[in-house]
Amino acid sequence: MDGMTVTLFFSAVVFSATPILLAVIGETLSEKSGFINLSLDGTILFSAMGAFAVAVQTDSLLAGFIAGALIGAGVAAVAAVFSLYLNVSQIATGFVLSLMTRDMAYFLGAPFSGITGPRVSHLAIPGLSGLPLIGPVLFDQNPVVYLSLSMAITVWWLISRTPFGLNLRATGEHPEAAFARGLNPTPIRLVCAAGGGLLAGLGGGAYSLCVKAGWGHPQGAEGVGWIVLALVIFGRWGVIRAAMGAYFFAFLQVGGVYLQTQVPRIPAQVFQVAPFPLMIFTLLLMNLSPGKGVRTPLEAGHRRGRGEGMPAALGRSWPGGR
Amino acid sequence: MINPRTLRHIISGPGLVGLVSLLAGAVLLWVAGASPIEGYVNIIKGALGSTGKFFFVVRTWVPLAICACGLIYPFRAGLLNIGVEGQMIWGAVCCTVVLRWAIVWGSPALTVMLAFAAAAAGGALWAMLAGILKIKGGVNEIFGGLGLTFVAQGVVLWLIFGPWKRPGVATMSGTEIFSPDLWLPTVLSGRISPAAILLTVMLFALTVLLLTRTNLGLYFQAVRSSQRAAFVLGLNPSGYFLLALAISGGCAGLAGAVLVAGVYHCLIPSISGNYGYLALLVVMLADHRIGAAAVVAFLFAGLNVGGVQLPLVMHLDSSLSGILQGALVLTALAVYGRRRKRRGPEWTV
Repeated sequence: MDGMTVTLFFSAVVFSATPILLAVIGETLSEKSGFINLSLDGTILFSAMGAFAVAVQTDSLLAGFIAGALIGAGVAAVAAVFSLYLNVSQIATGFVLSLMTRDMAYFLGAPFSGITGPRVSHLAIPGLSGLPLIGPVLFDQNPVVYLSLSMAITVWWLISRTPFGLNLRATGEHPEAAFARGLNPTPIRLVCAAGGGLLAGLGGGAYSLCVKAGWGHPQGAEGVGWIVLALVIFGRWGVIRAAMGAYFFAFLQVGGVYLQTQVPRIPAQVFQVAPFPLMIFTLLLMNLSPGKGVRTPLEAGHRRGRGEGMPAALGRSWPGGR
Repeated sequence: MINPRTLRHIISGPGLVGLVSLLAGAVLLWVAGASPIEGYVNIIKGALGSTGKFFFVVRTWVPLAICACGLIYPFRAGLLNIGVEGQMIWGAVCCTVVLRWAIVWGSPALTVMLAFAAAAAGGALWAMLAGILKIKGGVNEIFGGLGLTFVAQGVVLWLIFGPWKRPGVATMSGTEIFSPDLWLPTVLSGRISPAAILLTVMLFALTVLLLTRTNLGLYFQAVRSSQRAAFVLGLNPSGYFLLALAISGGCAGLAGAVLVAGVYHCLIPSISGNYGYLALLVVMLADHRIGAAAVVAFLFAGLNVGGVQLPLVMHLDSSLSGILQGALVLTALAVYGRRRKRRGPEWTV
C-alpha cells in the first residue's frame, strides 16, 4: 500500500466505525450503571429504519437522527422498565426485544426499502484537515464522525469525572450500598439505560443516513449489535478502550473488503462474516492471557481490574425498584 | 363449571398474554396501513386453511420443537444457550459429510443413521466448546455462542462456495442434491417425515423422563438455584453446565440433520433458518416447561407458516409473525415477572 492508499484505508476505518462507536459508548454508559441492554442488535436496525423513514418524509437529516435517537432510547427504556419494575431477567427481555425490534424494522420499513433519501454530506474542518496523515483521517470526515468522537470524550468525562458518574458507578457496583447512602438505583439505571439507547439509536441513524445509506432487507447492519456488546467487554467497561475496540472491529471489516480484492480465491461471503469471529477470538485471547484466566466457574465474571472492570451488579435486577 | 379463581388465573395469565400480543400486532398492521382483522384471518388461513398447509406447519414444527426440547436443559441449569443456530449449522455440516461419503458404506439406512449420530455429536461438541470458553476462558456464553455461530456460518459458506460447490458453479442454492435413497422417508407427497416426527416425540419423552424422573433434573435445578450450594453439596457445576449444553447442542445438531436429510436434501447457506432463535423464544414463553414448549412451538410454527400469506395476499412484509411472537414472549415475561415479584423480592440474572 502506498501513502495515499494508507490514508484512504484509515479514513474508511474511522468513517465505518462511527455507528459502532456511538453504540459502544452508549452501552458502556448503560452497563456501568448495572443494566445490560441486550436488545442492541434489533435497536440499531429499528433506529436505522426510523431515522431513514423520518428523514425521507421530512427531508430533514436532523429530524431523522432525532427519530433514531428517540427510538433507541424508547426500546432501552422498555427493557429497563421490565427489569427495574417487573423484575424480569435483563438477558431474556433484551434478547426478545432484539428479535422483535428487528422484525418491526423490516415490517414498518418495507415501504422505504430501496428508495433514495437524504445523506449526511462531507464537512472538512478548516485548518485541521490539512494536517499530515491525521488530518484526512480524523478531520476530513462528516459531522457524525465528529459527533461520535466528541461523545466518546463527553461520556468518558461524565462517567469518570462527575458526581453523576460516581453515582452511576456506585449503582452498577453495589446498588444496596448506594441505596443505603441515599441514592435510588432505579431512576439512575433508567436514565443510563435510556441514554445508552439514545446513543445506540444515533448509531442506527448513522448507518442508514451515512455509512450504509438507505434502507433495505437486509440493511447490512445485522449482527453489529452483538459485536457492540462484545466490544464493551473487550474494552473492560472503559469508554476509551471500548472505542479503540470499535476502531479495531472497523479495521477488520475494512481490511476484509481490501483483502477480498487481493485474495479472490476465498469467497467474498467469508470476508463478510470473518470480522465477527475474529473479534470474539480476540476477546477470548484477552481472557486467556497469563494471570487473567478464570479458575473456577464461581469466579467467572467477578474478576476485578485496577478501578475498571465488569460492574459487580451488572445484569442483576434491583428488587428495591417499585 | 370453571372455578372463579381458575378463571381469574387464566384471564390474568395466558389470556392477558394473548390479548396484549394480538393488540400489539393489530396496532402494527394498522400503522402499516392494513386491516388488522384481514391480517389475522390471512395468517390463520395460511397456517390451517388446508390439509397441505397444516402438514407444512407440522414440518416446520419438527426442527423448532427439537431445538426447544434441547434448550430446556441449559435453561434448567441456569444457562442461556444462545448459540443454537451455530450448533444446528454444525450438525447439518456433519450430517452432510456422512451423506456425501455414503457411497463408501453402501447401506443407505445405516448411512442416514450414522449421519444423524454425527450431527448430534457435531452439535454437542460445538455447544461444549461454548461451555469450555465460559468455564475456562471466562467468555460469557452469550458471546461464545454467538461467536461460534458466526464461525459456523463462515464455515458453511466456505464449504458451499468452495470444496462442496455444485459442479460448474457455486450458488446460494447450496450443495448438490443427495441421492433420494439418502433422504428421510416421507409420506403425503413428501410433506411429512414420520421418522422426524417420531424422533421429536421420542426426544420430548426422554426429556420428561430425564428431568422429572431422574436425579439429573434435580441436579440441574440445584446448579441453577445456587452454584455455590451445589458445589458444597458435592456437585460439579461446571460438569452439569457442560452436560446441559452438550444435550442442547446435540438436539440442535439433530434439527440440522432433519433439515438436511428431510427437507432440503442438501446443505444450504441459511440451513438454520432462524429456528434456533425462535426456539429460545418458545422456551421463554413456555417458562421452561416441557409440555408447554411443544405446544408453543406448534403455535410459532403456525405463525411462521401463516405469516407467509402477508406478502402474498396483502403485500406486507412477513416479519409480522416475528413481531407477534416477540409480543407474546414479552407479555409473558411481564406477567411471570409480576407474579414472581408478588411472591417476594428475588434476585434474577
